[in-house]
Amino acid sequence: MDIFIQQIINGLVLGSIYALVALGYTMVYGIMGLINFAHGEVVMIGAMVALTVIKLLANSGLPVFIIILLALAAAAVVCMAVGFSIERIAYRPLRHAPKLAPLITAIGVSIVLQNLSMLIWGRNYHAFPPILPTSAHDVFGATITTLQVAIVLIATLMMAGLIVLIHRTRLGRAMRATSENPSIAQLMGVNINQIISITFIIGSALAAVAGLMVSANYSIAHYYMGFMLGLKAFTAAVLGGIGNIAGAVLGGILLGLIESLGAGYIGDLTGGFLGSHYQDIFAFFVLIGVLIFRPSGLVGEKVSERA
Amino acid sequence: MTSMSSLNALRTDKRMVIAATVIMGIALAVLPFIIGSGLGNSWLRILNFALLYIMLALGLNIVVGFAGLLDLGYIAFYAVGAYLYALLASPHFGLHLPVWVIIPAGAALAGIFGALLGAPTLRLRGDYLAIVTLGFGEIVRIFLNNLNAPVNITNGPQGISGIDPIHLGGFTLAKPISLFGFTLPSLHAYYYLFLALALFIVFVTIRLENSRIGRAWVAIREDEIAAKSCGINTRNIKLLAFTMGASFGGVAGGLFAGFQGFVSPESFNLMESVMVLCMVVLGGMGNIPGVILGGILLTILPEIFRHGSGPVQVAIFGKILLDPEALRMLLFGLALIVVMLYRPAGLWPSTTRRREFRGDSTNDVLKEGE
Amino acid sequence: MSSTLLEARAIDKHFGGVTALRNVSLTIRQGEIYGLIGPNGAGKTSFFNVLTGLYHPDGGELIFAGEKLQASAPHKVAKLGIARTFQNIRLFGNMTAMENVMVGRHVRTHAGVFGAVLHDRRTTREEAAIRRRAEELLNYVNIADRADDLARHLSYGDQRRLEIARALATDPKLLALDEPAAGMNGTETASLRELIEGIRKDGITVLLIEHDVKLVMGLCDRVAVLDYGEKICEDVPSLVQKDPKVIEAYLGGSIA
Repeated sequence: MDIFIQQIINGLVLGSIYALVALGYTMVYGIMGLINFAHGEVVMIGAMVALTVIKLLANSGLPVFIIILLALAAAAVVCMAVGFSIERIAYRPLRHAPKLAPLITAIGVSIVLQNLSMLIWGRNYHAFPPILPTSAHDVFGATITTLQVAIVLIATLMMAGLIVLIHRTRLGRAMRATSENPSIAQLMGVNINQIISITFIIGSALAAVAGLMVSANYSIAHYYMGFMLGLKAFTAAVLGGIGNIAGAVLGGILLGLIESLGAGYIGDLTGGFLGSHYQDIFAFFVLIGVLIFRPSGLVGEKVSERA
Repeated sequence: MTSMSSLNALRTDKRMVIAATVIMGIALAVLPFIIGSGLGNSWLRILNFALLYIMLALGLNIVVGFAGLLDLGYIAFYAVGAYLYALLASPHFGLHLPVWVIIPAGAALAGIFGALLGAPTLRLRGDYLAIVTLGFGEIVRIFLNNLNAPVNITNGPQGISGIDPIHLGGFTLAKPISLFGFTLPSLHAYYYLFLALALFIVFVTIRLENSRIGRAWVAIREDEIAAKSCGINTRNIKLLAFTMGASFGGVAGGLFAGFQGFVSPESFNLMESVMVLCMVVLGGMGNIPGVILGGILLTILPEIFRHGSGPVQVAIFGKILLDPEALRMLLFGLALIVVMLYRPAGLWPSTTRRREFRGDSTNDVLKEGE
Repeated sequence: MSSTLLEARAIDKHFGGVTALRNVSLTIRQGEIYGLIGPNGAGKTSFFNVLTGLYHPDGGELIFAGEKLQASAPHKVAKLGIARTFQNIRLFGNMTAMENVMVGRHVRTHAGVFGAVLHDRRTTREEAAIRRRAEELLNYVNIADRADDLARHLSYGDQRRLEIARALATDPKLLALDEPAAGMNGTETASLRELIEGIRKDGITVLLIEHDVKLVMGLCDRVAVLDYGEKICEDVPSLVQKDPKVIEAYLGGSIA
């Protein structure tokens, strides 16, 4: 088995998931200039809801495809409702407040969601029922499962859809206008509140999909899973240049690859000094490195000297 | 005429201040006895932790509240102070250095870490800085978690135990201290030590706030470009903020290790950084009394929920329906949201100046707009 | 003829493909009031930003009081003796007027962390001197009664004055004012004019960007005109007003 190719494949799968979550961060940031600290928890809620539905239907005799679709629909609806409510309750009243106030409410929301989930689903890990096809394909000496192919394909489709939405539709134009200058957009007849709500809803839908993907990929879900995932995805968004859609995709994929390759090779690179449990460190080292040389991320606009 | 009356007002003011100080002093001196006998030792421990958190919050306040630099990895400096104490005064390396060496060394080392974090991040704007500091905090924690191999430095996830309690001049604070026929229990002794250091840090912070350096910090927070044009070397002044803030964290960390007798990486996770940030913002960023209030409230509130969430459920439902731990954090999260919604500038913003964190408007001048 | 204080040699500045300044050279003499005018977007503020170290010029150099100015080091520029105000007023909004001016003293004072904490004799003396000087300057610009108000609560005219006081606190040799009369009414402009003349009498050279042509022509000893990033004229006001290039730049004579 070719380790290098295998790590690339794993990295792409991981990166697609990061990218989907990162899009949620970056869309909200682009429009409101706000770090939606609670976004990772929305992903977790999506995973939990989807898993609950799948567990309920696992022995129903329905085709796997239908079960997954139903789970996804349920997760998406719940996440969209959660995302919408977060914005209405915790962010909208603070739109003109000192800048750190919404960050603190975001942290509050994050704590609430996490513990709500613990109350509903308990402290334990939930295993993903073995309903998915486990067939593997051979690619250049490495293996890739049908699930992994599906994750990458679906993520790519959703990202492409989002980009079309933003650049080719009326709604997308209104979103871009709002992110450029909310007050002018409002003067031009854009309903900013509506646009912001829609942004949260779209971001949360992506989060639901990502949640299902994570739990399927790792065969597990847990009330605490949103935290690290959110952190990584946010890192990816910043890496690409937060507020920038293409940047989030690039940052996500890149982070996935870096982590996966890093975990595979760190032992060799450091002569065995650092083991693969340093995997989580990579994300941050790369981030710090990139930001030192490009303070606004890889694709971010250059702000230091704006004409 | 006016000068006479204002002079009188000043005298009355001064008398008021002295009276208030004396009353506060007595209150703080008897507080551990009241709490110890009224609520028991567990609350006395919580009181001691509140003092540690006040030190942390005041340190972070220098960075976030004064200089306006959003730091989400502040707890790393607490970790540095704590681990330095643990390594220099425990059976782990067989070293047992005295506390008056370790605590200043912890402050210095944390200060160096502060500068190390500050130096590469000076060019970053608000939210980018936030994520980099967050990453820094995580890096420190992950290293603490893993530096047990190939050479065992931190003892990994198990942490370091058997740390020497704090000794002061032949007395160990771990046991009751008998002086002139009067016995001071251990928790009380720690309380007075922590109180003394917290007051010292309050004093230092107040002095800094009303100084050339303090004004430069606030000027940078308010408008970095204008601050530069006034001749402030923003790079050095920001580094100084990181260093000073970090050194307070280092002191608190050392005290924590001595008090607790045990350190492990889990005590220094991101949630702790977030907690200290919440103390600063929720209390009233940049306003010292507000920050102290934030530190006290956010230490005590989760404990009240912890002690309350079980019994109250039993009282209402006759049994425990909901996981008390989850319920306690749930209530805590809700409290954060509610407070911020109703007091966006914090619970106790300064009355003369409601200071705000003004975000990233610093690049406006660079837009050509004649 | 007095000596040269500032010499700009062939300054260039581009933003992407847009040229903000092209080959701009000018000389400001000790003790004069020098006006910099031009239509919107002519590059006046860009020149200010290059001069005060906020922009890195793409070409040319600046010699101030015999020393070459280092690009991208605004605090060093301030230390050498150039102070500025901003077109869209940049005060420390949540600090009092007094504190704003005290920040201006930063560059001429020395107290560090230890001084601040220990309150040694030198520091307390320095702090008292800072306060005294700030009071003087607030008096000088006539807003002493607002000393304890937050800067953002001051009226527009008072904010302009406060910004000048803060700039003066750095003990500048050259005071660069970016449209100080913008948004002022006739009375305010007249008293601003008095203030600027007083500043010059105190021996400080003044560089003035201004839209109010009457003010510039009445106040300045010499005037340079920028158009599309190039200097098209530099002379005494009476001659600048008659320059055909200048008249053309201003679309046919609104200048007179």
